[in-house]
Amino acid sequence: MGREAVTVARPSARARRERNAGLAFISPWIFGFLVFTAWPIIYSAYLSLTDYDVLTDPSFVGLENYERMVQDPQVSLALWNTLQYTLLQVPLYVLVALALALLLHQAGRASGFFRTAFFVPKMTPPVAVGVLLLLLFNGEYGLVNEALGALGIDGPSWTTDPDWIKPGLALVSLWSVGAAVVILLAALQDVPVELYDAARVDGAGWWRRTRTVTLPMISGALFFVTVVNTIAAFQMFTEAYSAYFGAGNSTYANDAALFYVIYLFREGFAELHMGYASALAWLLFVVIMLVTAVQLLVSRRLVYYEGEQR
Amino acid sequence: MTAATRRRRWVRVPVLVALVALTVVFVYPLVWLLSASLKPRAEIFDNRLIPRHPTFENYLTVWESAPLGLWLGNTLVVTALAATTVTVSSALVAWGFAHYRFRGRGPLFGLVLATMMLPGAVTLIPTYLIWHQLGFVGTNVPLWAQNLFASAFYVFLLRQFFLSLPREPFEAARLDGASEWKLFWLVAVPLCRPALVLTFLFEAQASWTDLMRPLVYLQDTATFTVPRGLKAVIDQFGPGGESQWEVVVTASVITTVPMILLFFAGQRYFVQGIATTGSKG
Repeated sequence: MGREAVTVARPSARARRERNAGLAFISPWIFGFLVFTAWPIIYSAYLSLTDYDVLTDPSFVGLENYERMVQDPQVSLALWNTLQYTLLQVPLYVLVALALALLLHQAGRASGFFRTAFFVPKMTPPVAVGVLLLLLFNGEYGLVNEALGALGIDGPSWTTDPDWIKPGLALVSLWSVGAAVVILLAALQDVPVELYDAARVDGAGWWRRTRTVTLPMISGALFFVTVVNTIAAFQMFTEAYSAYFGAGNSTYANDAALFYVIYLFREGFAELHMGYASALAWLLFVVIMLVTAVQLLVSRRLVYYEGEQR
Repeated sequence: MTAATRRRRWVRVPVLVALVALTVVFVYPLVWLLSASLKPRAEIFDNRLIPRHPTFENYLTVWESAPLGLWLGNTLVVTALAATTVTVSSALVAWGFAHYRFRGRGPLFGLVLATMMLPGAVTLIPTYLIWHQLGFVGTNVPLWAQNLFASAFYVFLLRQFFLSLPREPFEAARLDGASEWKLFWLVAVPLCRPALVLTFLFEAQASWTDLMRPLVYLQDTATFTVPRGLKAVIDQFGPGGESQWEVVVTASVITTVPMILLFFAGQRYFVQGIATTGSKG
């Protein structure tokens, strides 16, 4: 009887020890999650219903901030700017990343060198990218327009013409495409060679092999790059802020570069409208979640995952 | 077969030409920036690769007109703290999720993954208010202290590595009476060193290049990090200010060079690490 009790109790004692050890190891994250994720989300939902300037206590105003948001022309401007930029930047970025990865994949042993060359710009701090944008895309003296001029094209005023500000930012974002290229190249290198051989035996040319073998096989990585980049594009801040905003910087066409997070940042930290900025943050949260959910739904139809590999 | 390989070799020539051209496009802006920093003001926009009148004067001017040495020091401290704390804490948490079985582990790890998708803008204001309450606004604490509590992306990354370790050595060491802490510190950590170096390097880059948090938390010029300082330099000497581009350009070079050095020091880790993140997504 005593022996039986021991053998029954033993695994549960072990399980308890294992649980305690596991919880002890993950406890920093649990604490961090509660304090720096869960609480901020709840607290910002509350703040979005208040008027709060940090100096005096928040006063409850109900849905006033949300009503104000609907009427605020700056909100619709910022949302529209952000949407335009995202629609322009994400497809461009993913296509260029894919093209570069396909090219690298053809390069054989030399691909390592070029991969490094494409990756290095990614290390540049985004503030410095903002500086490069202002200099290289300068309408009169910039290198980009000089290069276009050599091709007989009269380049636009990228940094001052409101219609060209977003294309300029999207183009400069391509400069840090390196990380996405590395991800896609790794996926390409994982495609089994036999699939290509089989397709070649069937007489498939390069384009058909790419369309029917390569793209389906790397669709998981393509989807990853698209989703991550969409979320980032919606939160565009640093490059645009350092190039077009800041103290005493009013000579530029700020309106065309007023992205949503820039507006949120200014409302919160320049105007100290913490309640209103929290409402803005919640709208962004909902928009990003919806967009991500739609992308997930679409991906169910388009993305091919090999087996149930995790 | 030989005909096919020969044909493939011919295909490779235009591919290599295209890649060389693209490499020039990708690397040229960095070279342009460096070259511009060595030119006198009037020649910045001449777009020549080799400066006509090369000079180090811009570096002296920048050094005199902005406390760059101080900013570099500040950034170094923040970066070292941010990268060290996040590596240690994320390794602990990742090990907890990878090695131990307990009830609720699956849903909790799902929560870790979910927080990776959370837009940073959502928690920006409440997090500021937390640091404001604690009296840390204006210090460098908000720039790194959250890293004490692990970061979802690195937990995910390191867990992948820990999962690939065989279990037997741990069971054996446990029978020998090793404590759980010792198993982690003396067995698991040394086996996953590359992944830990990778985490450190990634976070060092993220921390060094960050502008948003220094903008929110730092007010006194003496506490600035280099990107925050560069933004101040742009405001003072850039388009809206005195239009002294040579100062802006040179400060940009000084902000960027440490990251280029970091990349070449850990090149292997950066490229390998990023390749893994995609394949697990």
